Amino acid sequence: MVSKRGLVTRLVIMAICMFGFGFLMVPIYSLLCEITGIGGRTNETVAVIPAGIQVDTGRMVTVEFVAILNEQAPWEFRPAVSSIQIHPGQLYDTSFYARNLTDHELIGQAVPSVAPGTAAKHFHKTQCFCFTSQKFLAQEGRDMGVQFMIDPDLPDYVDRITLSYTFFVQRQPVDSPAAATSTT
Amino acid sequence: MTTITQGHAAQDHAHDSHGPGHGLSRWLFTTNHKDIGTLYLVFALVMLFIGGAMALIIRAELFQPGLQFVNPEFFNQMTSMHALIMVFGMIMPAFVGFANWMIPMMIGAPDMALPRLNNWSFWILPFAGTILLSTLFMEGGGPAAGWTMYPPLVLQSGNSLAFAIFAIHLLGMSSILGAINIIVTVMNMRAPGMTLLKMPMFVWTWLITAYLLILVMPVLAGGVTMLLTDRFFGTSFFQAAGGGDPVLFQHIFWFFGHPEVYIIILPSFGIISQIIPAFSRKPLFGYSSMVYATAGIAFLSCIVWAHHMFTVGMPLAGEMFFMMSTMLIAIPTAVKVFNWTATMWRGSLSFETPMLFAVAFLFLFAIGGFSGVMMAIAPVDFQYHDTYFIVAHFHYVLVPGALFAAIGGAYFWLPKWTGHMYDEKLGKIHFWLSAVSVNILFFPQHFLGLAGMPRRIPDYATQFADWNAVSSIGAFVFGFSQLMFVYIVVKCVRGGAKATAQVWDNPEGLEWTVPSPAPYHTFDEPPLVR
Repeated sequence: MVSKRGLVTRLVIMAICMFGFGFLMVPIYSLLCEITGIGGRTNETVAVIPAGIQVDTGRMVTVEFVAILNEQAPWEFRPAVSSIQIHPGQLYDTSFYARNLTDHELIGQAVPSVAPGTAAKHFHKTQCFCFTSQKFLAQEGRDMGVQFMIDPDLPDYVDRITLSYTFFVQRQPVDSPAAATSTT
Repeated sequence: MTTITQGHAAQDHAHDSHGPGHGLSRWLFTTNHKDIGTLYLVFALVMLFIGGAMALIIRAELFQPGLQFVNPEFFNQMTSMHALIMVFGMIMPAFVGFANWMIPMMIGAPDMALPRLNNWSFWILPFAGTILLSTLFMEGGGPAAGWTMYPPLVLQSGNSLAFAIFAIHLLGMSSILGAINIIVTVMNMRAPGMTLLKMPMFVWTWLITAYLLILVMPVLAGGVTMLLTDRFFGTSFFQAAGGGDPVLFQHIFWFFGHPEVYIIILPSFGIISQIIPAFSRKPLFGYSSMVYATAGIAFLSCIVWAHHMFTVGMPLAGEMFFMMSTMLIAIPTAVKVFNWTATMWRGSLSFETPMLFAVAFLFLFAIGGFSGVMMAIAPVDFQYHDTYFIVAHFHYVLVPGALFAAIGGAYFWLPKWTGHMYDEKLGKIHFWLSAVSVNILFFPQHFLGLAGMPRRIPDYATQFADWNAVSSIGAFVFGFSQLMFVYIVVKCVRGGAKATAQVWDNPEGLEWTVPSPAPYHTFDEPPLVR
């Protein structure tokens, strides 16, 4: 039998370890999302397209574009087109328009999400305004480009994919040049 | 199960010098497990009425469609606070109170293993409760994003969120300390001969509950700490803007939250397992299968959490896994229900108030269990999710489940605690009022949920009006019936027919070998258990 002191020590250590485990769930979850595409996460840096991908011209997939603003976000934000028909394996370009509605400089960060989640790992962005934060002068508006490809391994039952961006105002002070890229 | 030698009849006269202290300091500085148990139970009873008053505000508002009494923000604070108070402030402390009172007496120990820690783990509670309740009076009001505190909504709360989180930290710390104390007591302080598989079921269920508490309460503490830093210190664990994911919080919360529901219900199972054999005049049927079923439920409870979040967009494989593992829990739970039924089978039954509550528990908990199986089915869960159906489900397992077990346990052991019999006639009236009104209160909520009424919203479409009115009437009858319980308890503490040491008809267990009321110190010399 374990002594009283020994048992108490073990139980306290167990509690502390479980407190740590709570925080460990953050990287574990992040890793799981990356592997499986749970949460609709797509690549956060430039995707490298492997050579020799064949364009699947026999298949059409609808890609819808959605622009989301959370409550009180001081932007105008919308996709240039709401949806396009694409062939897996081919690169496509589209753009999103954003405008700063305030009278001062703002730095924005777009966060992408792909639905359904199972399609997320087949969705590759080779260029995206979401890779870096975007600086807008007062009242400035501009188009921001996205270039993407959907690989031909996309499961057969997926015929419609939604790419959505939520456009946030970054917390960093506007005048520091480092802030513009630090959180991407 | 156990045979007890009564070799300590004289021990209660030998300790006059170590009696209870006097006045307020007795309660402030006590390290006596019976005093601390009483404190826990009184605290839980007070919280029951505070949380209950909030529930009645909710039901009053929902009596009719439209907004009558409160504004929507206050309504949301009521739903959130009602849940936080009832879960952390009422039902958990109530069962820790039972554990404090009964576990040392059931295993033949003189006190809890860590008496000073015990004092501390209780006295954290009133402070934590006060902090939590004080948020209602702060600017912006108390937490209003539900007791589950999902981001991003909860991150829009006012500064009072910091107080609520601190209160949750304290409440969690109190439970962890209590759990450590219970484990050490059970592992190290059993009377000679009391092997693990001779322990009363209540002790077993609490031992397993205590391990669950140590496993998951720290995870909740971590989760709410991340909320705190996200809200006030600029981290982005759950903020999509900074690369976080709000769904991660749901995983962390329910990794705690699902075992938490078993932390609440396992001690109830323990109490029911004490009451039913006593009034069936038979030993508990299938004792060892009960122990293994309890352990099985505890294990399964740790791997099923995502069934609370079928609608977040999980991969099919995930939904399948969490659906199957959740339905698996029905098996050990059914083992328990059948064992209780088999204990009553051909028993010499009598229906005193504790037994009435236990039998009602059996029926009504089973209803909650069945609606649980319904919601475990992932494809149909999408219809039930966040409707009044889930509200009906978890209230069936928490109110006629856990709360009835606690009330039944209180009636069962009150004569042992006070030395007086409670008023049986009033007890029966209290039971029938409660049992009927609790069904009027919660059963219509199944219909409302299936018809599509969402939860946590102060207004509803007019087609839901009738059943909401019925439910509210049940709520008020149920709420006010509980005042009877207070009256009965107070009356019993003050006087009544003398209770014998056994109280009931030859019940099993060491606690019935000491006089009633249980002397301040019991089992200074360990009893012999064969």
